[in-house]
Amino acid sequence: MSATGTRLRRLEPAAIGGVMSRELANFRTYWRGTTFSSVLEPIVYLLAFGLGLSATLVDEVNGVPYVQFVGTGMVATAVIFSSALPAMFGTFVKHRFQNTYDAILAAPVDVEELVSAEMLWIGVRASVYGCVPLLVTIGFGLDPAVGMLLTPLFCLATALGFAGFGVAMAATVAKIDQFNYVTALFVTPLFLVSGAFFPIDELPEGVQIVAQLNPLHQLVELVRGGAFGYEAIDLVRFAGLVAFALVMWRIAVRRMSARLID
Amino acid sequence: MAAIELRGVFKRFGPIVAVDGLDLDVPEGICLGLLGPNGAGKSTTMRLLTGQALPDAGELRALGHELPGDAKAARAEMGVVPQLDNLDVDVTVEDNLAVFARLYRVPDVGAAVDRALDLARLRERRRDAVDELSGGMRRRLLLARGLVHEPRLILLDEPTVGLDPQIRTQLWTLIDDLRSHGVTILMSTHYIEEAERLADEVAVMAKGKIISRGRPAELIAEHAGRETAEVYAPPERLAEARAIAEADGLRVRPAGPAIAIVGSERAGNGSVPEDAVRRAASLEDVFVLLTGEEAE
Repeated sequence: MSATGTRLRRLEPAAIGGVMSRELANFRTYWRGTTFSSVLEPIVYLLAFGLGLSATLVDEVNGVPYVQFVGTGMVATAVIFSSALPAMFGTFVKHRFQNTYDAILAAPVDVEELVSAEMLWIGVRASVYGCVPLLVTIGFGLDPAVGMLLTPLFCLATALGFAGFGVAMAATVAKIDQFNYVTALFVTPLFLVSGAFFPIDELPEGVQIVAQLNPLHQLVELVRGGAFGYEAIDLVRFAGLVAFALVMWRIAVRRMSARLID
Repeated sequence: MAAIELRGVFKRFGPIVAVDGLDLDVPEGICLGLLGPNGAGKSTTMRLLTGQALPDAGELRALGHELPGDAKAARAEMGVVPQLDNLDVDVTVEDNLAVFARLYRVPDVGAAVDRALDLARLRERRRDAVDELSGGMRRRLLLARGLVHEPRLILLDEPTVGLDPQIRTQLWTLIDDLRSHGVTILMSTHYIEEAERLADEVAVMAKGKIISRGRPAELIAEHAGRETAEVYAPPERLAEARAIAEADGLRVRPAGPAIAIVGSERAGNGSVPEDAVRRAASLEDVFVLLTGEEAE
């Protein structure tokens, strides 16, 4: 029992909410810059890749105007860059430089709740930012569709997975510089073979098989399904993203427990 | 019931034994000073009590909860003030407190924040970012954050380390108030004056063990006697004075540029130089004799 008479269990909403309230309090101090770049980036990308390339090299892909192809694909890039990277750097800084986790774990919060809250916060934030490129693309001529209403859900599942990946990496590396390896070996390749900027069915067969295992590719396909029409296999894609999030969650909890508890 | 009970606790980090068969009881309502040099195992003991370190062997209980299995419930009833400032510097004073009130499941967060602000004397600065506070204010806020849920037990890990004397005195007044309200306090420190000023009892810790424990006056009487004579002289004369005192069975310790002959009231004729400065024996004498370390 706690001081207030509440029985303390695993994964308590109060503990998770408390950790998320800390993130929210901090977010209020920096949301303008983050939001500005999240909105500006897809506009710049759409202007550069979409309008630039479609005017000179590519008019459309699989019957979809290239601007809309890139715009829907950029949802995935927005998700990975607002989930994996903040999870990696944010977790590392809070643990190693700010000693934030020492303070939180001295309260009735355990590592599982701490990691879950961090992942949830990043996941929710990334799912909001992930929708921005879609809204910008609508501004560039994409027709709104009812299926797009599921986009935040797809973004959330993917962002949770990449948040877990980032937390696990932060608990694994010894120095912050080592994130360069993680970015070069995992984040950039996943981003490039996601199908966001070009269709993966033009790639060699081996790469196509690997791309099918890429959660970002599945997200791209689901977002395009929302915009241009779902297929039955999209259910399997979504189940895969949920499984990815669950596996990454358990790995992140395990890695952080080893790092935070002596 | 003791607020803290440790029996035969071991904690190793690779080849280093940080806590070496520690036995420790802290009765409710007292302030126990855990006094020891750096690396004595004080901070590890604190982390064992919050479940942030797991013992290799031994039994631990805090506020009746078995550790580490029931550490979360124990933490709900204890407050921790860390050695390092880990406040959220961009966030306001009141938001720093509100976050921890929520983490501790305090039913009325607003009232808890107001109470903590009064304790830290920061009501007028409640909407300022922590970054804008002075070092003393930040330290008071750190203390208030650990007390936001009115805990029964407080763990203070080197609460005034690195602070200037004025800020240290401010914090001592706050800690003294808590003690007078019956809160149990376990305070690790390597400042002798802090332990003397605040602790009802002092446990001297070295190499992961408690090597002596008692009220400050008892420890002084037991280990250092009534009087210490400090000899200030050139090194060769100090060596000579030391040899003479030790030949008379007295204990001698270094004291900066001087030597301190402890228990000098028992000295025979000529064992203590006539120009030695005589003073009452202190906890510092006890600390240095027991740990072999220079005191701060």
